[in-house]
Amino acid sequence: MRLRGLMRKEALQIVRDPSSIAIAFVLPLLLLLIFGYGVSLDAKHVPLGLVVEHPSPQTTSFTASFQQSPYFDPHHFSHIKEAEEALRHGEIKGIVWMRGNFDEQLLSGETAPIGVFVNGVDANTARLVQGYVQGAWTTWLQDYARAQGKALAIPVKLEQRVWFNPGLRSRDYLVPGLIAVIMTLIGALLTALVVAREWERGTMEALMVTPVAIREILIGKLVPYFLLGMGGLLFSVAMAVWMFEVPLRGSLLLLLATSALFLLAALAMGLLISTLAKNQFVAGQAAILATFLPAFILSGFIFDIGSMPKPIQWLTHIIAARYYVAILQTVFLAGNVWSVVLVNALALVVITGIFMGLVRRRTSKRLE
Amino acid sequence: MPTADALLLDRVTKRFRSAKRIICALDQVSARCRHGIVTGLIGPDAAGKTTLMRLVAGLLLPDEGSITVLGMDVAKDSLAVQQALGYMPQRFGLYGDLTVQENLDLYADLQAVPRTERQQRYEELMHMTGLAPFTGRLARDLSGGMKQKLGLACTLVRAPQFLLLDEATVGVDPVSRRELWGIIYRLVEDEGLTVLLSTAYLDEAERCQEVILMHEGKILDQGTPASFSHRLAGRTFQVVAPGANKRKLQEQLIQTKGVMDAIIQAEGVRVVTSKGATLEPEQDLPGWSDATILPVEPRFEDSFIVTLKERTAAPPAARNHAQSQSVSLSDEDVIVVQNVKRRFGSFYAVNGISFRVRRGEVFGLLGANGAGKSTTFRMLCGLLPASEGTLHVAGEDLRRAAAKARARIGYMAQHFSLYADLSVFENLTFFSRAYGLHGQQQRERIAWALDEFELRAYADTTSGQMPLGYKQRLALATALMHSPEILFLDEPTSGVDPLARREFWHRINRLANHGVTLLVTTHFMEEAEYCDRLVIMAQGEILAEGTPEDMKARFRTASRPKPTMEDAFIALLETDGQAVMRG
Repeated sequence: MRLRGLMRKEALQIVRDPSSIAIAFVLPLLLLLIFGYGVSLDAKHVPLGLVVEHPSPQTTSFTASFQQSPYFDPHHFSHIKEAEEALRHGEIKGIVWMRGNFDEQLLSGETAPIGVFVNGVDANTARLVQGYVQGAWTTWLQDYARAQGKALAIPVKLEQRVWFNPGLRSRDYLVPGLIAVIMTLIGALLTALVVAREWERGTMEALMVTPVAIREILIGKLVPYFLLGMGGLLFSVAMAVWMFEVPLRGSLLLLLATSALFLLAALAMGLLISTLAKNQFVAGQAAILATFLPAFILSGFIFDIGSMPKPIQWLTHIIAARYYVAILQTVFLAGNVWSVVLVNALALVVITGIFMGLVRRRTSKRLE
Repeated sequence: MPTADALLLDRVTKRFRSAKRIICALDQVSARCRHGIVTGLIGPDAAGKTTLMRLVAGLLLPDEGSITVLGMDVAKDSLAVQQALGYMPQRFGLYGDLTVQENLDLYADLQAVPRTERQQRYEELMHMTGLAPFTGRLARDLSGGMKQKLGLACTLVRAPQFLLLDEATVGVDPVSRRELWGIIYRLVEDEGLTVLLSTAYLDEAERCQEVILMHEGKILDQGTPASFSHRLAGRTFQVVAPGANKRKLQEQLIQTKGVMDAIIQAEGVRVVTSKGATLEPEQDLPGWSDATILPVEPRFEDSFIVTLKERTAAPPAARNHAQSQSVSLSDEDVIVVQNVKRRFGSFYAVNGISFRVRRGEVFGLLGANGAGKSTTFRMLCGLLPASEGTLHVAGEDLRRAAAKARARIGYMAQHFSLYADLSVFENLTFFSRAYGLHGQQQRERIAWALDEFELRAYADTTSGQMPLGYKQRLALATALMHSPEILFLDEPTSGVDPLARREFWHRINRLANHGVTLLVTTHFMEEAEYCDRLVIMAQGEILAEGTPEDMKARFRTASRPKPTMEDAFIALLETDGQAVMRG
């Protein structure tokens, strides 16, 4: 009866308090829209300067290959100076320079007579431009050689296959990873805030003095926010699949089960923070620093863990979101790969157990 | 085995660690509460009242000693004790997002009240608290008094055997306070409830059957309120000097040898003398030839103050400020408020008020929370423009020359807006700078503040760590850095213990004797007596205006020949409807 009373109270509060709803549904919606549409790690329609000093059939054929590419938005120049000026002003992100002796060098079979300049300020785009230009050059050379009736002498031929995300759409791995961030938000931030609010408003003291057991207070908080979190999850998955057309190759059931596990870990972290921070401001800051930012930065959701410095890589092992992001990306993009899912799920079980144990030990029905 | 006492504290000690220091909140406290009566826990701030309550409720564990509640050891059987106990903390945890009924349901669930008994219990409680018409309303939309009554109802939802109330009536308007007391006594009589309550209102102590007096973590005394008063038999007097300035009479009396306490009451000054001292008009009141000294019945409050004053260090040496440059009341109006309204959305926080304040007057604004006092203050300080009407302060129209007027007023906000991380000296330096003082003048003013308010010993202390009474002094000092002609004090004594409150009023009186005009809001009825004139406000309107004597005289009846300010206030609110119609 006590437990039911607590849970009903919590449910009514969630329904009536616009800030809970905002954190549970509006914030995920915004994050999904921003990451789904706004943030894209793919380079598309990159403005690129093409400098052709002596137009010829060969240069026209080469520049045409950029014209057709969805990755570039070519700007034409006849002097390198103008192009450099444009690069400096940020109008273009890179320059492909075909010198006056382009034809001669090409016909004489000498090495690449083109120059490539990229704006390194945006390192990510720069690397992409570099890669694409190189690819475009190789492809064109092959086509050119074929047209000339002779095979191009390339010792090793690269045959590329991109698995799991053949279109290399960054959205396909950002959106599943984002679900981990959203679950952290609901599980840890929201829970830490609502418990801190009870301390602030004095309701916790009144609860403590009723014959309610500490276990009941904890479960009374866990269950409603667990359900809210699962609601947030279904909402995010639905958006991912139907709005952003992210494929869900694994089973939904596996996704739900592992998400439940992660949500428990997040809730435990939220409750742990609330035992230490008894006002909303501190609780909010602590939750963002200890759970939200790590889930964002150290989980491998945007930044690849493998390319972090070693000490940081070790640090990521204590971040629950890391394991969950791995599971999410696997289940969405690759399917039920048990070897990956089970190992990561086991790590989540261990982390959840540790946090739950800490919460149980740190919470007591005393005010000190 | 049931014992004779509902509560037994045996040499209980409780210490808290804060930063580097260890604070002993309770020091070897032993006390008992009898079954079926109301025991009051009285003491100044930081006496250890709340700590004691929390220990009894099992929310804290004592470092030493034992606590037995209804025959059970609290440390061992916290849950069992909590089942028999009702505890209402200082700020009771109502869920603002839930309705009155939902709050009740929650506490009924938590207290495991059987479903079959609920309906009847709810009806009883709602009838008792008068909340029946509001069961569907969200708790956050209730008035302060109603919230407190709902808190009590939630505490009582499963009739406890022992009820703990921690300052349940603080900040509640007098009408609701009276109603709360009515409920408590009905429960004690009908259900045989045992009650332990702490309070900062000394008049409430007299309503208790037994009183425990606490100070600095120790119990000073325990007994019936009458037994406390009896000790002062023959030592309490009322000094009346017709037509004289009461404040000057009070100041004279405070400085008189053998006088332990002197406060303004009704037409004169109430005096408590020290043991064996006599009070003779010719000898002790030179220049007050027409003063009469009448013996009066001692009250609990007299005893409380005297006991505490005997315990604490010698009272600050009385200094002769009064003689220096007293200014007598003039007829010049320094504040003129005409037909002022202030609207927030469609709600009128202040709805057409008018009054005038003369130079050198202590003028009071009395009313419950939400009566419009603070809004009026903010308008007078030029912080908030009036929606309608005109305000003149120190001869300036606030609509045109708010900044000019502001340079001549001082404002002490509710809850003392000081920088808690800065030391006393740094606070004074900052505020004097903010008022444009510098160089020699600034140094002189800071030195004056440190001396006048006896803050020199605390000059380098971080102001957040000082006792509340000292924070209040510092707040007053900062408001006076630029020697304002008019001083606005918004609930200056709220939350401050009776001893500090007295001292504060002595300072106020001294300022008034120097010609400073003072506007004070308060919800302490006895403080209204210290004002020269006052207005009583409710729902943004002025219900009555006049001297404290006028107010009381209006409600003098055969059955109530000597009404107190509180009687007058309650009577006024009860006829509110008609009063508003007339006003």
